[in-house]
Amino acid sequence: MTFTAPVLNYTILSPMLIILAGALIGVMIEAFVSKALRPIIQLILTLATLLVALVQVFRIRGTESVSAAMGSVIFDGPGFLFQATILVISIISVFLIADNENFTALAAAIPGSAEEQESIQKGNKVTEVYPLTLFAVAGMLLFPISSDLITLFVALEMLSLPLYLMAGLSRRRRLLSQEAALKYFLLGAFSSAFFLFGAAYLYGYSGAISFAGIRSSVVGGSGNDIFLLIGIAFVSVGLLFKVGAVPFHAWSPDVYQGAPTAVTAFMAAATKVAAFGAMLRIYYTVFANAQWSWTPLLSGIAIITMLFGSFVAIAQRDVKRMLAYSSIAHAGFLLAGVIALNKAGLSASIFYLFAYGVATVGAFAVVTLVRDSSGEVTDLNRWAGLGKRSPWVASVFAFFLLAFAGIPLTSGFIGKFSIFSAAYESGAKGVVIAGVLSSAIAAFFYIRVIVLMFFTDSHEDATTVVIPSVLTRITVIFAFVITVALGVYPAPLIDFINKFATFIR
Amino acid sequence: MLINNGLVYLIALPLAGAAILLLAGRRSDKWGHILATLLSASSFAVGLLQLSQMLGRPTEQRAVEQKLFEWISVGSFQVDAGLLLDQLSICFVLLITGVGTLIHIYSISYMSHDHDRRRFFAYLNLFIAAMLLLVLGNSFLNLYVGWEGVGLASYLLIGFWNQKPAYATASKKAFIMNRVGDMGLSFAIMIAFASLGTVSFAGIKEAAPHASTASLTAIGIMLLVAATGKSAQFPLQAWLGDAMAGPTPVSALIHAATMVTAGVYLITRSNFIFDAAPTAQLLVVIVGAITLLFGAIIGTAKDDIKKALAASTMSQIGYMILGAGLGPVGYAFAIMHLLTHGFFKAGMFLGAGSVMHGMDDEVNMRKYGNLRKFMPITFVTFGLGYLAILGVPPFAGFYSKDMIIETAFNAGGIKGILLGSAALLGAGITAFYMTRVMILTFTGAPRWDEKAHPHESPILMWLPMAILAIGSVTSGFLLSRGDALVNWLAPLFAEHGEHEELLKPIVVTSLALLMVAIGVAIAFMKYSRSEVSNTAPEDVSFLTKIVRRDLLQDDFNEAIFMRPGQALTSTLVKTDELVIDGAVRGVGSVALGSAGALRGTQTGFVRSYAALILIGAVALIAAIWVVTQ
Repeated sequence: MTFTAPVLNYTILSPMLIILAGALIGVMIEAFVSKALRPIIQLILTLATLLVALVQVFRIRGTESVSAAMGSVIFDGPGFLFQATILVISIISVFLIADNENFTALAAAIPGSAEEQESIQKGNKVTEVYPLTLFAVAGMLLFPISSDLITLFVALEMLSLPLYLMAGLSRRRRLLSQEAALKYFLLGAFSSAFFLFGAAYLYGYSGAISFAGIRSSVVGGSGNDIFLLIGIAFVSVGLLFKVGAVPFHAWSPDVYQGAPTAVTAFMAAATKVAAFGAMLRIYYTVFANAQWSWTPLLSGIAIITMLFGSFVAIAQRDVKRMLAYSSIAHAGFLLAGVIALNKAGLSASIFYLFAYGVATVGAFAVVTLVRDSSGEVTDLNRWAGLGKRSPWVASVFAFFLLAFAGIPLTSGFIGKFSIFSAAYESGAKGVVIAGVLSSAIAAFFYIRVIVLMFFTDSHEDATTVVIPSVLTRITVIFAFVITVALGVYPAPLIDFINKFATFIR
Repeated sequence: MLINNGLVYLIALPLAGAAILLLAGRRSDKWGHILATLLSASSFAVGLLQLSQMLGRPTEQRAVEQKLFEWISVGSFQVDAGLLLDQLSICFVLLITGVGTLIHIYSISYMSHDHDRRRFFAYLNLFIAAMLLLVLGNSFLNLYVGWEGVGLASYLLIGFWNQKPAYATASKKAFIMNRVGDMGLSFAIMIAFASLGTVSFAGIKEAAPHASTASLTAIGIMLLVAATGKSAQFPLQAWLGDAMAGPTPVSALIHAATMVTAGVYLITRSNFIFDAAPTAQLLVVIVGAITLLFGAIIGTAKDDIKKALAASTMSQIGYMILGAGLGPVGYAFAIMHLLTHGFFKAGMFLGAGSVMHGMDDEVNMRKYGNLRKFMPITFVTFGLGYLAILGVPPFAGFYSKDMIIETAFNAGGIKGILLGSAALLGAGITAFYMTRVMILTFTGAPRWDEKAHPHESPILMWLPMAILAIGSVTSGFLLSRGDALVNWLAPLFAEHGEHEELLKPIVVTSLALLMVAIGVAIAFMKYSRSEVSNTAPEDVSFLTKIVRRDLLQDDFNEAIFMRPGQALTSTLVKTDELVIDGAVRGVGSVALGSAGALRGTQTGFVRSYAALILIGAVALIAAIWVVTQ
């Protein structure tokens, strides 16, 4: 066997290479730059890296390539859209992450130890979070454009590992945060194992690890169907874990609650885009011809996920957990787009991912603002009467909630409408009915929070809303403007998405 | 149609003013009123520029359009946000911005003691912008936006001093009654789209001849409902009197000169619909005739100077609606009366404001008297407006009102006689109550409190009054000389044949003047010859009592709409609580219960989460097995 030098198309790979280069420079900065300068330099570096990558992604839009990295990466219209969405969400999340109030002074110190105290007094800041974010973003960019199982797995781990660490960086209630990180890590490893197991079955079925190879076996229908089916099921477990679909969701409320809110925002929004990006690609291209086998499965999971997420969210008393369950329900809605398996479904899913991701970052950004003397207050009861004390903050949060609920004139309405109509067109009527029902249930708990904020008198231990820093303000305003704009005048973005939303195989 | 991209500035300037003043907040307290006035004046300047350009073009090219952006594009429903400036809208543009600017100037002084003056000016600018959009929109939908905009501005300004609950209630009343009318407009738009497939003026004008009379009649009636709401016409007239709670400049601008005439504009603009729907047109004249008498009668019993003027406004708009309902021959006269009325009524309202300014905000005319000595300028300007509204030649009202009365008589048959007589009678009553206002306010013995120190208003206030008074004197003559306005507007309306004259013009004029003389004479006998008490006498006839209660308009509304409405809502509330909420609570508690149970799976232990994943994976395999078997 001879070894040939790999031929790489650097133009196609450049967005990821830029991010990785930025991340490596970030690591160097951690090592060589003085503590005082690090926060600002890291912030500028991270933002610049993300922006350059975004520009680069836009420059290569329209190119299509299946051989950018020896057949391991496939770049096409949807790939461009996923990458652009991930980068936009990352950029607005970084502003939130840069608000250092959220992070522990010294991640390695034992909670409550003298070492920690000292570090806090010195005013240290965890700037490692920036390179970690960039590494995660690089993984996310690779995930939806991978075109073989090995690359897909590498990307999965690449985006997950930094997130595990970031989840443990919370400044307050650190034990909870570390517990969340550990849980996320263990369960992530567990589901990765399923994914690998499934990948092995698919290899056994087709003798190939590339998507194209597996696809041609599926089309040919030559192999052993049982291998294929087990392979699909186990690979799906890995992917469904990442998007937080029931019954693989259990980590998400705990992690959402424990992780620093800025990380939760980034994780909830960007990971979902990456994971659904990969999922859409696999189901729309590789498994498309085995639709008979996985549609009922995925429909069942979608229905359970929507209903479970909406139902359980009702019983939540913590705003971050409530948002976690809401994100589970949204994963269910997004699965309807996967099930649709048509062009409309793909466009709608991409629109939905963008709209939902932006609104999610915005909503969590607002959560970081509601505090008392000991930090963020996520207990919903103490949000009572917020509308009277801080009408602006409460109104913006209410608006994001309405967007989640899918009320007209918000991006959420357009997203839900298009995704459900695509699913309906493809015949998945049961999913649509469950989706509409659970939207109604979900509206109940979103609106309950609005009622709580505006029409309930506040308790004595009322929270205060801090004056948002410029950084957080940028995040909130940006998210708000996009959410309004997409709700009122979505046509340009929909047209843009439609232009690109075709997978190549 | 010519394209003109400058039209948007007419609206953009005052709109920018409103935005700046509202967004800058207290920071603009010092200069806000000046900016607002300048922007309104610049809008007027743009209007004059447009007029001069329009005059320079041949008749068939006078109308210009500007497309702003594609507004709605859903299937076959295409609406552009577009502006249309033609011979009709330019009249309104100049009236709105011209009178509007004068009232801005007046308000600088009138509102100078109010620490919310900036907000007041912001709303005024908002009103100007919305009203301009109303008259410049090139489709019913664009008009509707302006229509709602002026409703909002009116609401905000009536309730400007909403710290007084009565004023807040007045603004709410105006808003709600207007909503009824607004529903009419939205129905009209819907019917127009359903039956004609378009909502633009040009499109409907083209489609109207081929449309069924039934749908045109329906559109016409709905438009009339809209007009009665906005223009305070019978049966939606009751809000106007209460709307006098707003600051007096607002009453002058919105509730006399401009907004309340929007109904007349709507009907005139939709002439192609009413011309093809005789039933709707007949309803228009009936509404106009009833209101002109209704308003005039209410005016006879008002002691509040502003409410007397408001009743008079209602009545004068009745004349305009009557004129507009008379078809192609009447549209131009309706608009002429609208313009002259804009001058003299705004002038009189400002005069009333000036009187209030000098009398510590006293509005009861029984506490005035002999003010002409103390406020000579106000007396003269108000007096010129008075002569104009009476229709004494050669003042403005003479030309415009006389033409409407004449046209009404010529409407033919019994209809013509009835309408003409109503208009004639209205003129007589108008003379009576306006003379009463003059006598009680400016002549006779002083009846004011010890504390009052009547004084003339500063120049910023009397200058606008003087300018409007000049308009009250000359505008009628200028507009009717050589049928100037009639010929100017003629291209917009259908041709009309020569009507058979029931009465010769000179006869009508003489009759009208006779009625006016009788009205004036009665008022003199009643109020000038004898002492006027400074409290309203109680031992009056039953009829007077009814008139004092505004001809029972509120009692009627309360009995017919409010109480049944309240009964209906309370029944609905009960049903809602018992049936709907019961069901919802039931579902809610079931949901909460099951949510609680489901939440039990969230134990917090990683081992159980991992087990859940394992179970899920096994279940997937099992499901696949089931599916494939």
